[in-house]
Amino acid sequence: MLAGLTGGALVAAAVFMTLGAKGQWDFILAFRGTKLIGMALVAYAVATSTVLFQTITQNRILTPSVMGFDALYAAIQTAVVFFLGAHQLSIFDPRLRFIVEALIMSGLSLLLFRWLFLGRHRGLHLVVLAGIVFGVFFRSLSLMMQRLLDPNAFIVLQDQLFASFNTIDQELLLVSGVIVVATSILSRRLLARLDVLALGRDVAINLGVDYRRVVMLLFAMIAILVSVSTALVGPVTFFGLLVANLAYQALGTDRHRYTLPAATLIAIIALVGGQTIFERVFGFDTALSIIIEFTGGIAFMLLLYRDLKR
Amino acid sequence: MAVRALPAGSGIWGSAAGLILAAGLVLVLAAASIFIGVADMSVGALMEGGENGRALQLLFVSRIPRTLAIVLSGMSMGVAAIIMQMLFRNRFVEPTTTGTVEAASLGLLATALLAPALPIFSKMLVAALFALAATFLFLRFVAKIPSSASLIVPLLGLMFGGVINAVTTFLAYRYDLLQSLAAWTNGDFSSVLRGRYELLWIAGLLAALSYLAADRFTVAGLGEAFTRNLGLNYGRILAFGLCIVSLVAAAAVVTAGAVPFFGLIVANVVRMMVGDNLRRALPWVALSGAAFLLACDIAGRTLRFPYEIPVGTVVGVLGSAIFLYLLLRRRARFG
Amino acid sequence: MIEIAGVSKTYEDETVLDDVSLVLPESGITAIVGPNGAGKSTLLSIIARLITPSAGAVRVDGLDVQKTKSDVLAKRLAILRQVNHVGMRLTVEELVTFGRFPHCGSRPTAEDERHVREAIAYLGLEALSGRFLDELSGGQRQRAFVAMVLAQDTNYVLLDEPLNSLDMKHAAAMMKLLRRAADTFGKSIVVVVHDINFASIYADRIVAMRDGRVVLEGTSDTFMREAVLRDIYDTHIDVREVDGHRLGLHYL
Repeated sequence: MLAGLTGGALVAAAVFMTLGAKGQWDFILAFRGTKLIGMALVAYAVATSTVLFQTITQNRILTPSVMGFDALYAAIQTAVVFFLGAHQLSIFDPRLRFIVEALIMSGLSLLLFRWLFLGRHRGLHLVVLAGIVFGVFFRSLSLMMQRLLDPNAFIVLQDQLFASFNTIDQELLLVSGVIVVATSILSRRLLARLDVLALGRDVAINLGVDYRRVVMLLFAMIAILVSVSTALVGPVTFFGLLVANLAYQALGTDRHRYTLPAATLIAIIALVGGQTIFERVFGFDTALSIIIEFTGGIAFMLLLYRDLKR
Repeated sequence: MAVRALPAGSGIWGSAAGLILAAGLVLVLAAASIFIGVADMSVGALMEGGENGRALQLLFVSRIPRTLAIVLSGMSMGVAAIIMQMLFRNRFVEPTTTGTVEAASLGLLATALLAPALPIFSKMLVAALFALAATFLFLRFVAKIPSSASLIVPLLGLMFGGVINAVTTFLAYRYDLLQSLAAWTNGDFSSVLRGRYELLWIAGLLAALSYLAADRFTVAGLGEAFTRNLGLNYGRILAFGLCIVSLVAAAAVVTAGAVPFFGLIVANVVRMMVGDNLRRALPWVALSGAAFLLACDIAGRTLRFPYEIPVGTVVGVLGSAIFLYLLLRRRARFG
Repeated sequence: MIEIAGVSKTYEDETVLDDVSLVLPESGITAIVGPNGAGKSTLLSIIARLITPSAGAVRVDGLDVQKTKSDVLAKRLAILRQVNHVGMRLTVEELVTFGRFPHCGSRPTAEDERHVREAIAYLGLEALSGRFLDELSGGQRQRAFVAMVLAQDTNYVLLDEPLNSLDMKHAAAMMKLLRRAADTFGKSIVVVVHDINFASIYADRIVAMRDGRVVLEGTSDTFMREAVLRDIYDTHIDVREVDGHRLGLHYL
């Protein structure tokens, strides 16, 4: 299965690089190459963060973006511009700023997570609904701060916030790459414990897992991965939900050794393949994210409905 | 709060006094709303009538229509939400959490694409039809869900709205109408002028009309079997309620744009304070809706004077914060 | 030996456990009984470090459970709670293999596989070992979890109402099996049970709790008396002797 998915991902990448290419090869390779790397990084970040999040929370419906985490990141980006001002900001290296923002993000999302999930027990539906409303809150807050900014600062911000699959920020690719390598090494070391964690808190503690420490570590990882994908292409609400559930369905096993790579590969196929089809065949540019929202929304409703019938 | 403290018997006087007070507050806020703006609009300037009565003209063309539009929207959105909550028997529904507003935008987009020459009133009717169809469909869909799983209804509704919205966005994107779409679903009263808000009177009128059926809605909120047992026609109450809700949503979308979570907050706060009997709650919902929206609009206009923050954004921040508070305050309450 | 010293647990203004001190031996079956809300499950969870006590401490073989590393404890003590909902799609064998996690991580040796096979056989689950958990009945799933806990091969095994969702045949079989495990392997098994007759027949010692306190510690002979039972359960229970066992007829 994994071999098939790897093949699929490679084919999608090859087609993306070559289809409809005219003229200077080295230019095309460089141009499409960066875009391809960007999409692969996003695919990895979204898929991994979603699978990890679902393991910790033990369900198939919650994802970091459903819980409003990417909206939180956008709000942090806005807040940084808002409080520092555009002038101060231009002195900073964008990569440094990204790291600072990702750190703030980790801290805040840890707090949010602890508040919602640890402590008293809350029902799943309550948590999901609260997450969605948090998303609205953070989005409105960003909008409000943007309106309060002076127009110059707003232009600086606009560049970051209107990131999409077409305008992947090249400066961040290297930092993102480093982060992705680091997290994948870390998750390899945690792989065995991840499977135990999916059995639930009590069973995991019984089997000797240092639950608090591992969960906090994973959560920091999730927050950083969400920062990576949001910084690169902006919020994509249902993408993670789709690829993670497709991976579980396709594999028939929930071992993280298989689900993590499978979800990433499916994400690459969907992103690169989808982008190829829409860009080269139909000639649209931004339609992909709309299609993802559409299918993702329907999938979400079906998952909820199926859960309810059990 | 004072109302609740009174014994049930003296409630009429308590509410009446309270309502008069609330109406006074709305008037004060409305007056403030009229006199805030970029151009000089002091009473002195009005009396002077200088420069060929420019101030006076501004008053009648822009300021008063805007304030009226806000009052009418606030009232009708609150009323629509509380009626929906009765019909769905769920505290967390309102036109923006059930796909109603999104369907109205889709309908409006359809008229913009297929019959752009249609008068605005007919466009609103088409939008209302779309809203009605979607709301009815959704109501049927969630009817099978046990009432114990009350939170799943708004959850499904938000998703349902999201899916409709994806279709609308795709069409709007294909035909370069994204900008108008943004205006329909995020309330902003800055462009309200005389001649461009009057459809809201229909919404306001419907809100007032719903008071006649207040008791019927309360009974419907107790369930279909209960309603039939009392010899009332449940289907007719449902149809009437859904028509009001759809028309209000459509009127909002066509004029100034819907405001996410607005009605939900107003209805919940009022239900907490005066209870679920609509005969008592409806006037409160209407007045507090108007007051809350006026206050948010004034805040949006003064926070970064002379620029404006759309009221939809202000409510988005305040409204979602209040909604979160309602959700998380006590787990036992909404289980 | 498990020493429980002055353990209390309070939630906001509600006291669930009130200054419980108790010593559980290194072998044999201890049954914890008592009416609903007596604090039995909370006590078990505190012993197994799943819940942090508000006051007091628990030591397992001299190790403070709050201060000792979790993986060290996992080789000495295993717990199974009442509700075991697993969202993952796992086979019975995979689940039981997780019981070996404290010993081998995710790389089971031949020795670990032997333990897994034995535990599966012990619970009579051989025919089901390849089946997914979500395809099993509630009782079968319960037995699979018990097998996992046994495969963990710890001296202390804590089971919170293991008879829940078992029918009469399997409930009796489960108690016999625990008895055998205690006798042949010298394990110390602590079970929370609702049925006082199972406690009377199979347990070496009975700990009775009420309102967050331990009200009685002793054998079946001291516990199964009408006056004692009335104090604990607030209801009259006839006690009769059948084949040398004291049985309470709480249906009458």
